[in-house]
Amino acid sequence: MSSPEADRIHDIAIIGAGVVGCAVFREFVLAGRDCVLIERDADIISGASKANSAILHTGFDATPGTVEAACVRDGYRRYREIRERLNLPLLETGALVVAWNEEQRASLTGIVAQAHANGVSDVIEISAEAVRSREPGLGTGVYGGVWIPGEAVIDPWSAPLGYALQGVLNGGSLHRNTEIASGSLDRDIWALQTATGTTIRTHVVINCAGNYGDLVEAIARPSPFSITPRKGQFLVYDKPAYDLIHAIILPVPTSRTKGIVMTRTAYGNLLVGPTAEDQAERQIATVEDTTLEALAEAGRRMLPRLADVPITTAYAGLRPATEFKDYQIEALPARRWITIGGIRSTGLTGSLGIAKLALDLYVAHFGKLSPLDEPIWPRVPNLTEELPRPSAQPGRSEIICHCELVTRDEILSALDGPLAAGSIGGLRRRTRCMMGRCQGFYCSRRVLELAAAKIPGLLHA
Amino acid sequence: MRSVTIIGAGPAGLSAARVLVAAGLRDVLLLERNPEAGGLPRFCDHLGWGVLDLHRFWRGPRYARELVTRAAGAEIRTNTTVTAMAAGGSLHVSSPDGPAVIESRAVLIATGIRETPRGPRLVSGTRPWGVMTTGAFQEMAQARQIPFRSPVIIGTELVAFSAIMTARHAGISPVAMIEVNPRITARRPGDLIARHVFSVPVLTDTRLVTIKGVDRVEGIVVEQQGQRREITCDGIIFSGAFVPEAFLARASGLAIDPGSGGPVIDNFYRCSDPSYFAAGNILRPVEHSGMAAREGVLAAGAILQALGAGLPRPDAAIPVSIGGAMRYAYPQRLVLADDKPLGLFGRARIAHQGRLRVLCDDAVIASRPITILPERRLAITIAARDLVGRSAVSILLD
Ligand SMILES: Cc1cc2nc3c(=O)[nH]c(=O)nc-3n(C[C@H](O)[C@H](O)[C@H](O)COP(=O)(O)OP(=O)(O)OC[C@H]3O[C@@H](n4cnc5c(N)ncnc54)[C@H](O)[C@@H]3O)c2cc1C
Ligand SMILES: Cc1cc2nc3c(=O)[nH]c(=O)nc-3n(C[C@H](O)[C@H](O)[C@H](O)COP(=O)(O)OP(=O)(O)OC[C@H]3O[C@@H](n4cnc5c(N)ncnc54)[C@H](O)[C@@H]3O)c2cc1C
Repeated sequence: MSSPEADRIHDIAIIGAGVVGCAVFREFVLAGRDCVLIERDADIISGASKANSAILHTGFDATPGTVEAACVRDGYRRYREIRERLNLPLLETGALVVAWNEEQRASLTGIVAQAHANGVSDVIEISAEAVRSREPGLGTGVYGGVWIPGEAVIDPWSAPLGYALQGVLNGGSLHRNTEIASGSLDRDIWALQTATGTTIRTHVVINCAGNYGDLVEAIARPSPFSITPRKGQFLVYDKPAYDLIHAIILPVPTSRTKGIVMTRTAYGNLLVGPTAEDQAERQIATVEDTTLEALAEAGRRMLPRLADVPITTAYAGLRPATEFKDYQIEALPARRWITIGGIRSTGLTGSLGIAKLALDLYVAHFGKLSPLDEPIWPRVPNLTEELPRPSAQPGRSEIICHCELVTRDEILSALDGPLAAGSIGGLRRRTRCMMGRCQGFYCSRRVLELAAAKIPGLLHA
Repeated sequence: MRSVTIIGAGPAGLSAARVLVAAGLRDVLLLERNPEAGGLPRFCDHLGWGVLDLHRFWRGPRYARELVTRAAGAEIRTNTTVTAMAAGGSLHVSSPDGPAVIESRAVLIATGIRETPRGPRLVSGTRPWGVMTTGAFQEMAQARQIPFRSPVIIGTELVAFSAIMTARHAGISPVAMIEVNPRITARRPGDLIARHVFSVPVLTDTRLVTIKGVDRVEGIVVEQQGQRREITCDGIIFSGAFVPEAFLARASGLAIDPGSGGPVIDNFYRCSDPSYFAAGNILRPVEHSGMAAREGVLAAGAILQALGAGLPRPDAAIPVSIGGAMRYAYPQRLVLADDKPLGLFGRARIAHQGRLRVLCDDAVIASRPITILPERRLAITIAARDLVGRSAVSILLD
């Protein structure tokens, strides 16, 4: 095994295990670097990355020429390239931008032109009739639409989990429950101090701290950007809503209003949201009854039959937004630091492209790579309806969570191994247990019988 | 092809199985997704079960065992989940043997109820650990799992008071009960018992505004007469607001009554696809187990008739609609078969004082003053002769 942490000097320390940090970690481990991934929370994927719309964006609506546009395009392509080897799903839904009035219809041509400028050349404008024949469930008042065949839905948790797992299995180190509080660069070596007083030493630091990006950046320099988290609230509808739409239904972006997206989820539900609300708080994303009711109302207007489908739950996520629209990615050679900040609203898609960009910056400024000859490719447990689930396999263990059909063996294996769930949220995100329509009415006891000994703090002694 | 398959081995499904076996059917199959048959009573280790159907005063687990014993002769497959219901009574099931399809001449859906968790209630605030339903809490407490020490209980249906008792047994002291309405939902003296026997304050006219706490529940904010205040607690039990476990029925395209949340049935417990029947708490938000068991018995009778001499055609049914303060009434469709009176049950949405009227087309066949609370069952009987030649029934609470 490795030498004690205090004596060890990593090639690269990555601060933050959101989807971006996990993808960067994987990239550098596969490139043969000695990496450590550091996360303050008890588990990975606990920040911005735990709650998003799960859309794999083509980048059709990005601002041409930006870093974001390039990373999203590249990330999109790379996800499609690697996903089968990691057993990650892809729902080829396509997306429809729907115009609900004449003014919105007038802007569709511009959306198509921008898509083409971004190299997404299969995007076309379609008539109101064509929208309706694709999506007969939509309410009245459709004026036209834009069809983006390449937009897709993925599993927002399995993807980063797969990246991190591949990094760990190929020799990367992961420290959870570890918050970087400060650091100092001394003769080309960073000494990062954790909140509990330990030290992690590394040649290069990569800041992937999401909503804390500016605070972590301040370890290296006065941060050139500041984060104002932008909250997005969502409603999740029960599975019978899944069939009410086919494509992702996108709003026409306007300067005044942020419209609402409706999309299938990889788990067989339907999502309505998100909102866009700036806030100072970096960690806690609350839901608000009045906002949720407004979302439900908007959903019913766009898709009348939603009125008949029960809501499963509501959640909220925080986008790491800065005063700049574009990603903030930069190498600081003198500080032996790579900044990856402000990955606001496309990071799930962009992460693999961002990781490649970080690798390029590393090669340009810091050092060489020695890619692994035969890296291990773990297959991530499938949580989606699109691929075979363990509950449908002969010889399966008993089903613990009835709403999401999660078996005992799935829960046990999520509680075990190099990336065992570190929190109940982490267990839920790895298995979907307790996340269905009953939210634990039927399965809490049995989940806790399996989990309480492994995850501290769930039960009193 | 089997004659009858029953989904759910709770009081309704087991009681139906008993009747079907007693009538001589040799191929009755009960599918139960849990490792053991018995349904919800298995997890309610308090007295009060079996009173109406078995004339006993038992604890839940004892009652469940007795129902299983009495259903002997039916094949019970546990650890077997019905994952989809297709037209004509073919069921997709998942078991350790892998996926399979089971065809039957009749299917009885008896999948019960659950409580509405926090999510669909659209409550503001954070989403910390320590928020659960009474059902989950009772089951955990029975297994000596203690998730919190001082929870608040939201709601004052009967089940909320049972949560207080369970809590005290487990050494947990609820800090308050919160009721948005001016009075508690369960009948008196529930609140007095809560206050005086268990010293749990019952706050009526009080709305839960926000949940607080990052990893764990740290408190709630409530509003009472426009005044907001914080109550410190380490857990939240959402009680009541029962909903039928009707996902399968909904997903399979059976007609659902938006008022009851359960499948639309006729007076033979028959769903909109006549191969499917439904009984027990799947039909509407919670009733006690005696009622669920009784419906299982009656549905089994209808199924026997369907398999034998045949039931009257379902397409001749007279639809029942509701109005005013009514929340639901079932059966939602009435099929005239003989001259026996037809019984309906329903509930009011809100506490109401006024007049209950039953109309057959335009003719008022019953009209009486009524004072009703939402948790009180409303029973209505319609004479067969009043339905002859009619095309619609309305039940109005004005
Ligand atoms: C409402 C919403 C909808 C979205 N929809 C989509 C979509 O459909 N498609 C898409 O591609 N993207 C979408 N996104 C964007 C995507 O979720 C984000 O871009 C992405 O999650 C950002 O990831 P991250 O790794 O940069 O940040 P995070 O996930 O926040 O990761 C940063 C991590 O750093 C840790 N950390 C912070 N400070 C420290 C420290 N000092 N020491 C140790 N660890 C630290 C944090 O705990 C956190 O885990 C959406 C986002 C939101 C909020
Ligand atoms: C906390 C609580 C306390 C209660 N206390 C009392 C009391 O003291 N006295 C009383 O009389 N009543 C009480 N009740 C009500 C009582 O639980 C019900 O009246 C009774 O259980 C209803 O019987 P049922 O057969 O309709 O449904 P259930 O008992 O809920 O049985 C339904 C069965 O169907 C199974 N099932 C569901 N879906 C599937 C599927 N897809 N595939 C296979 N199987 C499936 C379930 O696992 C379950 O076993 C209480 C209820 C609760 C929640």
